[in-house]
Amino acid sequence: MEHVRYIERIRDYYIAQGYEKSYEWAHFDEIPFTSLGKPLSECRVTLLSTSDVSVVRADDASLSDEELTVGAVYSLPWSTPPETLYSRQESYDRYATSLDDINAYLPITRLEELVSAEVIGSVTERFHNVNRGYSKRLMMETAAPAALERCREDNADVALLVPV
Amino acid sequence: MSLVARHLEANGIPTVVIGTARDIVEHCGVPRFLFVDFPLGSPCGTPFDAEMQRDIVERGLSLFDSATEPGTTSELALTWPNGEGWKETIFTPEQPFLSEEAVKNWEVRKQRYREQQVGSS
Repeated sequence: MEHVRYIERIRDYYIAQGYEKSYEWAHFDEIPFTSLGKPLSECRVTLLSTSDVSVVRADDASLSDEELTVGAVYSLPWSTPPETLYSRQESYDRYATSLDDINAYLPITRLEELVSAEVIGSVTERFHNVNRGYSKRLMMETAAPAALERCREDNADVALLVPV
Repeated sequence: MSLVARHLEANGIPTVVIGTARDIVEHCGVPRFLFVDFPLGSPCGTPFDAEMQRDIVERGLSLFDSATEPGTTSELALTWPNGEGWKETIFTPEQPFLSEEAVKNWEVRKQRYREQQVGSS
């Protein structure tokens, strides 16, 4: 079966709900490209997702500002035990799948295994979350530069990005 | 996330996007994209199928070597284990995408964002 045409599907879905203006998805004719400077097996890989991942809290402690701010980027130590992580993301197909397995959208363990297999050189000390927003300007002028700063702080050679 | 990938790439950090919404990612345009034809929420494979997840992530990473031009999309020959019925029902009135609670949370986030905008202007 053909893949889902989300742009059309989402537009029709919200028009049916009475929204008059449909969302304009970002579009560019030019695409940047940077070649790999060294073998992948020597590269330090970082990971960014929109899973809104957080550490399970034993009490009712509230989430941090950076976890709640649209357009912000926050980071967690890669060494955080996966079983203590969960996703707060609510935009996913809740009828077809679940977010119960972190590695299905935030593959921290899988990437560690690929370090052991010498497919990649190493992973960064942290992985990162991009708090998604509808504003393209916010994502381009705030989120993207913040993500770049974190990648540079971590000396990442390449980045794997996983939108949930 | 595509916008972030473009920004990293333009500033010297090669990127790969692994995602499930092919048309949205390709409409934006990213350097390297591994399309996984699975439901939103499972771009790196079926939950708790570590072997599949590892294959998908490794195939994504292989694009760093194999892609020679921007806008490269690769697709894996995978089928969602429970069939493809989800493709018919995603974003339909029969299956409201967000739960009522999620809609309320979204409204809270939107309000918080607006207050931050006012606060910073």
